[in-house]
Amino acid sequence: MRLTGRGLVDPDHPIAFSFDGQTYEGLRGDTLASALLANDVRLVGRSFKYHRPRGIWSAGSEEPNALVTIGEGVGQTPNVRATCQELYEGLLAQSQNHWPSLKRDAMAVNDLLSPFLSAGFYYKTFMWPRAFWETIYEPIIRRAAGLGALPGRPDTARYDKAWAHCDLLVIGAGPAGLMAALVAGRAGLDVILAEEDSRAGGRLLAEREEVDGMPGPQWVGSVLAELTELPNVRLMERTTVTGAYDQGTYGALERSGLHLSDPGDVPLETFWHIVARRAILAGGALERPIAFKDNDRPGIMAAGAVRAYLNRWGVSPGRSVAVFGNNDDAHRTAKDLGEAGVRVAAIIDSRSDVEIAGDAPVYTGAEVIGTSGRLGLSEIRVRHSGGERSIRTDCLAVSGGWNPSVHLTCHMNGRPVWREDIAAFVPADGAVPGLAAAGAAAGSFSTAGCLADGAKAGAEAAEALGRPAVKPDLPRAEDGAYAISPLWAVPGKGRAWLDLQNDVTVKDIKLSAQENFRSVEHMKRYTTQGMATDQGKNSNVAALAVLADATGRSIPQTGTTTFRPPYAPVSIAAMGAGSRSKGFAPERFTTSDKASRALGAPMIEARLWYRPSYFPHVGEKTWREACDREVGMVRSAVGVADVSTLGKIDIQGQDAAEFLDFVYTNTFSTLKPGRVRYGLMLREDGHVMDDGTTACLAENHYVMTTTTAAAGAVMRHLDFVHQAHRPKMDLRMVSVTEHWAQFAIAGPKARDLVNVVLDSPIDNDSFAFMSCAEVSVSGVPGRLFRISFSGEQGYEVAVPARYGEALFRLLLSQAAVLGGGPYGMEALNVLRIEKGFITHSEIHGRTTAFDIGMQRMISAKKDCIGKTAAARPGLIDEGREQLVGLKPAGPVRQLTAGAHLFDAEASATRENDQGYVTSVGYSPAFGTYLGLGFLKRGRARHGETVRLVDHLREIEALCEVCDPVFLDPEGERLRG
Amino acid sequence: MRIDCPLCGTRDRSEFTYQGHALALARPAPDAGEAAWDDYLHNRENPAGQTRDLWYHDPCGAWVEVQRNTVTHAVTGAVLAAEAKR
Amino acid sequence: MRYSAWQVLKQGLGGQSGWKPVWRDPQPKPEYDIVIIGGGGHGLSTAFYLAKEHGLTNIAVLEKGYLGGGNVGRNTTIVRANYFLPGNSEFYSHSLKLWEGLEADLNYNVMHSQRGLINLFHSDGQRDAFARRGNAMINQGDDAILLDRDGVRDHLPYLDFDNPRFPVYGGLYHPRGGTARHDAVAWGYARGADSRGVDLIQQCEVTGIDIEGGKVRGVQTTRGPIRAKKVAMVTAGRSGQVAAMAGLRLPVESHILQAFVTEGLKPVIDHVVSFGMGHFYISQSDKGGLVFGGDLDFYASYAQRGNLHMKEHVMEAAMALMPVFGKARVLRSWGGIMDMTPDGSPIIDHTGIEGLYLNCGWCYGGFKAVPASGFAYAHLIAQDRPHDTAARYRLDRFRTGAGLMDEEGTGSQHNLH
Repeated sequence: MRLTGRGLVDPDHPIAFSFDGQTYEGLRGDTLASALLANDVRLVGRSFKYHRPRGIWSAGSEEPNALVTIGEGVGQTPNVRATCQELYEGLLAQSQNHWPSLKRDAMAVNDLLSPFLSAGFYYKTFMWPRAFWETIYEPIIRRAAGLGALPGRPDTARYDKAWAHCDLLVIGAGPAGLMAALVAGRAGLDVILAEEDSRAGGRLLAEREEVDGMPGPQWVGSVLAELTELPNVRLMERTTVTGAYDQGTYGALERSGLHLSDPGDVPLETFWHIVARRAILAGGALERPIAFKDNDRPGIMAAGAVRAYLNRWGVSPGRSVAVFGNNDDAHRTAKDLGEAGVRVAAIIDSRSDVEIAGDAPVYTGAEVIGTSGRLGLSEIRVRHSGGERSIRTDCLAVSGGWNPSVHLTCHMNGRPVWREDIAAFVPADGAVPGLAAAGAAAGSFSTAGCLADGAKAGAEAAEALGRPAVKPDLPRAEDGAYAISPLWAVPGKGRAWLDLQNDVTVKDIKLSAQENFRSVEHMKRYTTQGMATDQGKNSNVAALAVLADATGRSIPQTGTTTFRPPYAPVSIAAMGAGSRSKGFAPERFTTSDKASRALGAPMIEARLWYRPSYFPHVGEKTWREACDREVGMVRSAVGVADVSTLGKIDIQGQDAAEFLDFVYTNTFSTLKPGRVRYGLMLREDGHVMDDGTTACLAENHYVMTTTTAAAGAVMRHLDFVHQAHRPKMDLRMVSVTEHWAQFAIAGPKARDLVNVVLDSPIDNDSFAFMSCAEVSVSGVPGRLFRISFSGEQGYEVAVPARYGEALFRLLLSQAAVLGGGPYGMEALNVLRIEKGFITHSEIHGRTTAFDIGMQRMISAKKDCIGKTAAARPGLIDEGREQLVGLKPAGPVRQLTAGAHLFDAEASATRENDQGYVTSVGYSPAFGTYLGLGFLKRGRARHGETVRLVDHLREIEALCEVCDPVFLDPEGERLRG
Repeated sequence: MRIDCPLCGTRDRSEFTYQGHALALARPAPDAGEAAWDDYLHNRENPAGQTRDLWYHDPCGAWVEVQRNTVTHAVTGAVLAAEAKR
Repeated sequence: MRYSAWQVLKQGLGGQSGWKPVWRDPQPKPEYDIVIIGGGGHGLSTAFYLAKEHGLTNIAVLEKGYLGGGNVGRNTTIVRANYFLPGNSEFYSHSLKLWEGLEADLNYNVMHSQRGLINLFHSDGQRDAFARRGNAMINQGDDAILLDRDGVRDHLPYLDFDNPRFPVYGGLYHPRGGTARHDAVAWGYARGADSRGVDLIQQCEVTGIDIEGGKVRGVQTTRGPIRAKKVAMVTAGRSGQVAAMAGLRLPVESHILQAFVTEGLKPVIDHVVSFGMGHFYISQSDKGGLVFGGDLDFYASYAQRGNLHMKEHVMEAAMALMPVFGKARVLRSWGGIMDMTPDGSPIIDHTGIEGLYLNCGWCYGGFKAVPASGFAYAHLIAQDRPHDTAARYRLDRFRTGAGLMDEEGTGSQHNLH
């Protein structure tokens, strides 16, 4: 019921919204929760297990009940707390977790079955017959479980990430946080003040209190006015600090656009990394419930929330409100209700020794022992010194005391400390380095206490950062003592709820103790207490008090479970912002990319790079046709391929050669300027890390190439070997992968093509196989290497990257004259398989130099990385799987990589496994498939027939084991 | 988590690649024997508390030996690996 | 007390007052035949199989905290047998068979759900590597199906097939893979061991291992000394500290692995799915939460909590692969301490000290191994020779280089590459 003339809402700005298909009107400044209450909507959801009717419990992000789905279509967002959702024009809200409707939910049959559905019952049944678990029980349980539903379409909304650094992060802009920010801001600290609510002020917006002679909200406004003037203070509203991490790093979620009916370009949410030298947790406290029979009905609310709705939003959650509490705060509620003209049905205080004034009926030493009302509270039953009586009421405001918001202080494994005087846990000092708690979050509950605490914390932070603060005059404010007598659960029969969402009752906790799940962790996991969307913010302390009682221990002895990040849930979209589709990883394009795409080449991902798969010609129906043609073209004329993705590392210095000797298995110090050598690199564990060629361009100047895949890892490795093992060696290294565009030119006419682009032609003798030189390429200084990954006469021409595209186009046009053209990755793969050249398909991390037949490349004359480990007996055992070639013995449909090898007569079982196939290609030259693979004792088995079995692709073939070099083993073609 | 780079200053953990305990700096001689190499490559004290480990600052290419606590994640010092080695 | 639907009905009618404790809380005796250090999944299953398979019951399981409080209670609950290297193949295959009979063995519903696991691949090279794996699984007698892109689409229509950074080429489907309720596994084994007479002793930290003349004699604990003929260490991330009490240095580094769960949602994911181009795997719990994780944080740690760097990587991978789940909200994240070995495979072996045994190095794959690990460890302890399914999990494989099991191909040394 809306009360006119109250609160901070704007009566001149009505806002239309809908809930479960019905249209309502709220006011600007409303949350969905306050607007629903203003419209007398009390039933807003169903509980998780028993599907009991549920109403609004709180006025904050800790809300356990009022979870709704906002929006529709692709924007549909489940599990939104109605208490946090600001109202906007046209807002669409739906209740969730019921069928067929919120009022008539068939799943509420669970409530009738509740005698059998006690904590953990599912561990004790559904076991027979076994097949029923997956086919019957689990599907039913899954459908019944869950809360809201996702939209089922990709989330196309905008989300963002942002980074901020500051001297001081103040978490919470209530009285403590405002004072802390003010003092620190005045002292000149760079301050971020983060407030979860849409509006700064904290409880000052919810209470009727004066600060410095002004109404609370007005004082808040005056402080904000000053903070806004300070250029070094930044106020972030709608921003929840979600996690505390190492070295002063905090995660925070800003609900940037969720309050707008049309966010436009504004992201819905922004995930912040805030790095702060100091932080103050001024996140306030959360009111806790008291468990009594049927305490879960719509209309039963936190007393502080009732006051918030009254005072901030001008809404009374009921027409006749009863108040039940164990502390003085409950009486404020009655006072505020009375002042607002709302009937107070009764004040029930569990303490006997209190004096309460007022017109309402007062029961001290009394307890609520039951409630009724099917879809909302209609009556409570009270037990008092004079007996029992029923009281008609449609709203019960409950206060079991307050729990400081210690959560962030637990994120780094800090354990909160029990304070007997306030019957609550408070943050342990130093639990998060650099973070201090202040105000209610530290257990200081009066407004004056919060103001003083905040000012002190702000001054201390300034002091610690070398900027002494001026002690402010503290504003005058309420300074009442907090008197509480713990009451967790009212004794009696029936179900009394602790965890409202997960339907965990006092009985469940007692059963858990009875079954010896006595550890607080066992209790949590067995009963699911505290595992709902509020993560136990409302109920954990009461639950462990009940457990302590049931097990005869004190609360500190019983201990707590751990609060973990995030403080409030964070969408995957916000924390993963920017990574949808292509945003997930950088894209690297070679200089020939555009030209390749223009030729219709399908581009495939090679780590971050894109490389052409093949270059289709008109009339070719399959990739194989194009691939076969390109292979034939290279073998008969000339082909051009962009190989710029290979890692290139420039190494210079007088110790460069010695360094290369140490990182490669073979010797490089004997390499003369103008020559290139193939090198094999091991990891220190003796397995092959990478291979490639290194060219000596001049004395003490080398260019190493790595595979595309290992470029980054090799650079890191070289830096490690240099800095960690040979720091005194005089050399410098830098990755130049992006600086050079490099093209392989291969085929019998390769030299003809190269000479077209070189300013000074070369011949076979003066520029023999494995030569290199700095050359002039059509007037551009470039580099020429005579190396081959195809087995053909081969060159690689490198030019500065800005000339790459031009050179590629030039090479293609000139190649065409010679009957050649570009070739892609598929052809490149076939060409290298025919020659038995290895890639990371073969050096897949588990192979040794011995396995690939290169053990002799480990020089005996010097040490190198991996040499000692490579000599371990297990790594040179003759029984190891060794690299072999495989060619079909007789007709076969196909060979496949990933197939396993067996003796010709053996069955395909693990015990009989002899090896596997790593690479396969169709060789037009041989007119058949060829494969590379690893076979136990393979080098000794050339000529043997083995059986290739690929269960997955249903392929079986007999293969002859052979040398991995199928084509031109003497190397005449590449030297020609 | 933030790590100190002696060259660049304190940087987010995402700029670093981790490599494990700093004993990796103490590579045994080739003929140090099987046990020494087994210890170097495999066996670890794996301390719960203070440790020294190696981080590569990708943007600048420096290997850094960081003094760190494996229980609290507190970082208490950082030197260039090349200098720790000397 | 036998659990059944009938019992649930009977106790329900009786106001639940008849349920008995699932385990006793015995005082430690001065001496046992076997002391197991560590009351996690592997320790409890070891005790269970020692009793069930070998008739040995004079056993104490010593747990520093509460039973099942380590990685068995903080993982992403995936159960699979999709390894391909000899040693791992037969072991995980055996484990999956034990899982399939676990409810009957334990009379406890661990909710083992064989909903199928799909490993996505994003290049021809990855496809071939997965083909090798899938064929090895079938060679071992397990199940694997190679799905092409359309096959994946049939199972997982919600993936981003339209414009992803790394297109889905296909997936390796392991129909018998799935999930289980992690806590229930620990509790089921604990209850089974306790009912057979094993003493499960909580809040009992081992502070020393007594060794005389190369032979183990017992342990020192916070609840007094306990003599034992055999002592079995099985303490996962804490293995290094426990082994140090016996003067051993292990090939283990402890790292953090984070995991995440969202708020409850109506069913959207029916399988376990893993991404091939970023570390990310996901399933949905029976309660409705999306349960997912990624790679290690990658720094030595005992903190059981991680940092933003890896959290964001995991969420980014999720958005890249399944933007359809963008509005799911992460409710909780946590970390476990992983005992990482150089080659990523575990150790179940003697220690060289008579009567002292070692089980560790489960890296981030320990949960699915719980049944077979306990089974094989029990066999080793009882018979003093390894069980056939775990004979390759030798401690000396790193020293000799023989029988290394590096499934990922990233090396057989700690981070040194």
